[in-house]
Amino acid sequence: MNDLKYSREHEWIRLEDDVVTVGISDFAQEQLGDVVFVELPEPGQAVQQNGDAAVVESVKAASEVYAPVSGEVVEVNGALGDDPELVNREPTGGGWFMKIRVNDASELDGLMDEAAYSDFVASQGG
Amino acid sequence: METYTGNRGLRIEEPLIFEQDSPGRTGVDLSDVPDVEDRLGGLSRTEPIGLPGLSEPQVMRHYTRLSQKNYAIDAGFYPLGSCTMKHNPRLNEKMARLPGFADVHPLQPESTVQGALELIDTLAHWIKTLTGMPAVAMSPAAGAHGELCGLMTARSALEARGDARKRVLVPDSAHGTNPATAAICGYDVQAIPLNDRGRVDLAALQDALDEDVAAFMLTNPNTCGLFENEILEQAKAVHDAGAFFYCDGANFNAIVGRVRPGDLGIDCMHLNLHKTFSTPHGGGGPGSGPVVLSEALAPYAPIPWVVHGDNGFALIEHAADSGESEPYGRMKSFHGQMGMFVRTLAYMMSHGADGLRQASSDAVLNANYLLARLSDTLSLPYEGPCMHEVLFDDSFLKDTGVTTLNFAKAMIDEGFHPMTMYFPLVVHGALLMEPTETESREGLDQFIYTIRHLAERARSGEADAFQEAPVHAPRRRLDETGAARQPILRWRPDITLGEAAE
Repeated sequence: MNDLKYSREHEWIRLEDDVVTVGISDFAQEQLGDVVFVELPEPGQAVQQNGDAAVVESVKAASEVYAPVSGEVVEVNGALGDDPELVNREPTGGGWFMKIRVNDASELDGLMDEAAYSDFVASQGG
Repeated sequence: METYTGNRGLRIEEPLIFEQDSPGRTGVDLSDVPDVEDRLGGLSRTEPIGLPGLSEPQVMRHYTRLSQKNYAIDAGFYPLGSCTMKHNPRLNEKMARLPGFADVHPLQPESTVQGALELIDTLAHWIKTLTGMPAVAMSPAAGAHGELCGLMTARSALEARGDARKRVLVPDSAHGTNPATAAICGYDVQAIPLNDRGRVDLAALQDALDEDVAAFMLTNPNTCGLFENEILEQAKAVHDAGAFFYCDGANFNAIVGRVRPGDLGIDCMHLNLHKTFSTPHGGGGPGSGPVVLSEALAPYAPIPWVVHGDNGFALIEHAADSGESEPYGRMKSFHGQMGMFVRTLAYMMSHGADGLRQASSDAVLNANYLLARLSDTLSLPYEGPCMHEVLFDDSFLKDTGVTTLNFAKAMIDEGFHPMTMYFPLVVHGALLMEPTETESREGLDQFIYTIRHLAERARSGEADAFQEAPVHAPRRRLDETGAARQPILRWRPDITLGEAAE
């Protein structure tokens, strides 16, 4: 087991104090294929839960990355600019997208733990 | 087998033109420049500009060989879904090259271009007749430009009644340009899900509609190749909420002569003249995306437009001359894509009402022929019959180790341009095929047998071969990831191809 929580849109989060780190799941990166470009929000930008927060572009398609929680973007992963394949290599590590200061911790309650997310992916025919 | 030259048969391995440089070689013989006073104020060149030196026959061969590497609708079947890659009748080209159309300038006096203005006016009449709409803006340059025109018209109408609104609703089965258009027009985009029949979920649309929704953008038939058979209910819901109904007409080829979108309650729709009325991608002309408008939106249409004046046809070029109308502005410096107008009218006139109706009917028949002959081999996410295109998903490849991408690459080895892949996003590993009315029964049968053959190979454990495909294409399998991550966009004398590949 790890300490990640997952959204139905295949983002993961890791909570430390009132800041969550956000990325896309291993399943999501595998479905996307080779990632070639990541567009990140500006630090300081406010994001809404389930609203657009970033864009990830692979050889297959460009997809929205949604904010799993509402809050303020406090930091983005600049390393993805030069090395977008980090998302493929280390989806839940060095391939993180952004850190968000959470407005309302109760929004985290609807997210899934690892086991529930695995079941969710299986139920999607993945 | 590798050859000494790198050529394969009569397919020539052609270097870049810069790599064929032989300094001083030239196809023209110019006199020496006389010694004159330099008036360039110190801006004259200090170094050569780096043009390669070649003889005329070398240049001819270079560009002829490059043209032979091109794949086009004139070379073979092009089943790219949502693109309507149909034959471009040669009559269109002959008409577009008539000097009275090809050699006029948009700034000529109106009295000298009465024929060109009459053609725009006549085409506008037939576009309005085919769509059942009262007005049309002819100038937009292509589909996405037409979408923007439609939404800007809707925004102008909303602002004129003091009700700007904030959101645009776009179903998951819309063309990808629709949400982009709404965003560039300053609206928040809200996605509307599909139901299990591949059509817009009417209840979800009704739930999403409120006094903040400016417009609903429907693609009909949608990108699943299906007719939105609840469109009348959708139109009512949209209008009850005070919003406008945008219809993306890029798939109009499925319904020309059979359905008038105006009868379905839409407020605006763009037409891709360069798809529905021939001349698709690379077919000899640029795009053209006129937008038909309802009574409610017509007053806000952009300038210019053609009117019947006292002395023949005239152009309204300025808002001040537009009478009761309140045009929101201008989309294009001149009057639209004249060459495409000529080709479209030639296509309409040469087909006639019965021919246009038959073309759309044959396009739908061909797509359903693919559906019927392939649905036992491939996997069909939504039940047919379909309209102009048929959508399959990749569940037929489950556990084979072959992906949609690899399957499409193998199509190239068999001499076909691949179908559209991974779009629309609503199904997994989409394969979207649009045969158009152009293809013969024999051509479709060859395509069908090829797909059945490849599906059989995938099921019999030949995944490795698919990963190498295409092996017969001039450059074999391209490194698409490398091309996207580290593109080399410009040749420089100091890099060689070997280094570029690393």
